Amino acid sequence: MAKEWADMTSDEKQEAFFAKWMAPKDPEGKDLKFQSPEAEKEFKARITRIKDAVQMKKLPDRVPVFVAPSFFPAYHAGITPQEAMYDYEKCMKAFKDFVVEFKPDGNLGAAVPGPGKLFEILDYKLYSWPGHGVAPEQSYQANEGEYMKPDEYDALIDDPSNFFSNTYLPRVFGKLDGFGMLPALTGILEMYGVAFNFIPFGLPPVQATYKALFEAGAEALKWAGAIGAFNADITSAGFPLMASGFTKAPFDVVGDTLRGTRGVMLDMYRQPDKLLEALERLTPIMIKMGVGTAQMSGHPVIFIPLHKGADGFLSDAQFKKFYWPTFRKVMLGLIDEGVVPMPAAEGHWTTRMEVMSDLPKGKTLWMIDQSDMAKTKKTLGKVACLFGNVPSDLLTIGTPQQVKDYVKNLIDTCAPGGGYVVSNGAFFDQAKAENVHAMVDTAMEYGKVYK
Amino acid sequence: MAADLASTLADLKEAEVLKIVKDRLGAGEEPLKILDDARRGMEVVGKRFADSEYFIPDLVYSGEILKVVTDLVKPKLTKEVGTKKLGKVVFGTVAGDIHDIGKDIVVFMLDVNGFEVYDLGVDVPAQKFVDKIKESGAPIVGLSGFLTLAFDSMKETVEAMKAAGLRDKVKVMIGGGQITDEVRKYTGADAFGKDAMAGVALAKKWIGAG
Repeated sequence: MAKEWADMTSDEKQEAFFAKWMAPKDPEGKDLKFQSPEAEKEFKARITRIKDAVQMKKLPDRVPVFVAPSFFPAYHAGITPQEAMYDYEKCMKAFKDFVVEFKPDGNLGAAVPGPGKLFEILDYKLYSWPGHGVAPEQSYQANEGEYMKPDEYDALIDDPSNFFSNTYLPRVFGKLDGFGMLPALTGILEMYGVAFNFIPFGLPPVQATYKALFEAGAEALKWAGAIGAFNADITSAGFPLMASGFTKAPFDVVGDTLRGTRGVMLDMYRQPDKLLEALERLTPIMIKMGVGTAQMSGHPVIFIPLHKGADGFLSDAQFKKFYWPTFRKVMLGLIDEGVVPMPAAEGHWTTRMEVMSDLPKGKTLWMIDQSDMAKTKKTLGKVACLFGNVPSDLLTIGTPQQVKDYVKNLIDTCAPGGGYVVSNGAFFDQAKAENVHAMVDTAMEYGKVYK
Repeated sequence: MAADLASTLADLKEAEVLKIVKDRLGAGEEPLKILDDARRGMEVVGKRFADSEYFIPDLVYSGEILKVVTDLVKPKLTKEVGTKKLGKVVFGTVAGDIHDIGKDIVVFMLDVNGFEVYDLGVDVPAQKFVDKIKESGAPIVGLSGFLTLAFDSMKETVEAMKAAGLRDKVKVMIGGGQITDEVRKYTGADAFGKDAMAGVALAKKWIGAG
């Protein structure tokens, strides 16, 4: 009889997760029907290749290859990011055509553009998107701000959920103003406590907020339907998604989302203890977020975009004190549950690699952008699978021959011993298609021979 | 004797800095002299950043302390601050791109190194660069960009300078997350800087002060 989940070791859980990933379900929960026996074989071969690269126990049959773009599939299909965000059908077609044309071992799916109408319904302020602050032919970009004030750490630490619902969300969504008037739901106790707590739900601003929520929910469902169909479609054609969801390093939750770069940097000097306490408080929440998504989708890989820990953004001492400890805890929490963390170290992280190699071997999958690959291979690469480093500028304005030479050199540097996947290093918008082809083709041809 | 304002600011001791400033203002000292000491402190911060002794958070914090100092001193100022500048630089993040962290660091470093910087902000159309170059007569232009789409915006901005007959009057540097010498060639800029110090070195070289 199969072991109960709670009795399994983290190795066994990871194995079980990979097995689940290899046996995908359709939206009704039945075994997914592949488009052909060939597609099924390819699907399993691709996941086996990724699994071997991640676990670092044996060499994959060839070096795997990912293509991890931002809006490239839209541009490549001749549609604008605005169309990709508002016309789900066009978007799904563009992203499907992209996967089928380039045939990567792992792809990011079609969720990157997101539903423009939903953001509009909620009056989302954290981002500018095509037609809302940036031109229709450009990708969305974040509007950093101090969405949490310097004196609000106690409120966050005391009750993160309540801080998000009553303070943070009304600040980043114009239409969620009414949330600020809601009671703490933990106050709904006993007969005599009930009615008072429902008074706010009768007030016009709260009701307006709920109206917007219903509308947003309907739109989210519509989008989810398109995404679900897309996922089933490309999975049945043999192409695995690289990740099933995301979580974040606690320092980035504070630095990107709540306090902003400037805010979090000042807090390191002015209120370091509060910042540290908040980071610890956010850690189990970030673990739960990643584990929950992985379990729901039956897919072990969870994406972690990394930002404020890059070279130069913190001193070594600050990185070791503020960034790494809780980021590591989040990864270990995921690993314990059999989940494979997939951090993306965009920009330069070379000086962090030594510190970040303090991880169990064969459990993580790292996207590396411009860090020194030879050094990274010798540090983090000893315990973790790496992918990336094919530069955006090369893909955008280089030639196929230059890309080919670059990828060959990367394979020579990183593939020995396994634990490497060819890929672009940063999520790109523009690129020449022939350069992206050159990256994939070189991995497939040259990546067969391990030295 | 009271602690030295410049070195206390350079060491980022915020509370001590504020105490020194308040004491000196209270003793009726010339506000300009206080600001000048603070400026010398900021120069040291810039130097330490260039030597990799300080990092971005230290720059941000020093800027914040300087702001508090300036707010304390300003009401007491009787004459305009007139420090001699090395040269003028027009700076901005190019059209379509709203990233500002990298740009702000280079602007900060140019400023503490004695340049007069016209910071045009983010998502700056080519024409706005052209207008500011004409108006200020600045011989140096800095174009910042983080996204791959910035490559084309930079190229268009350089071309707009050409069309306005300004190209041989200015030196153009570019920089940002994905910028390399290949991108520099593509955009027609004169140089690219991989970090803020490279930007300062270029500017100094171009005005003959390096």
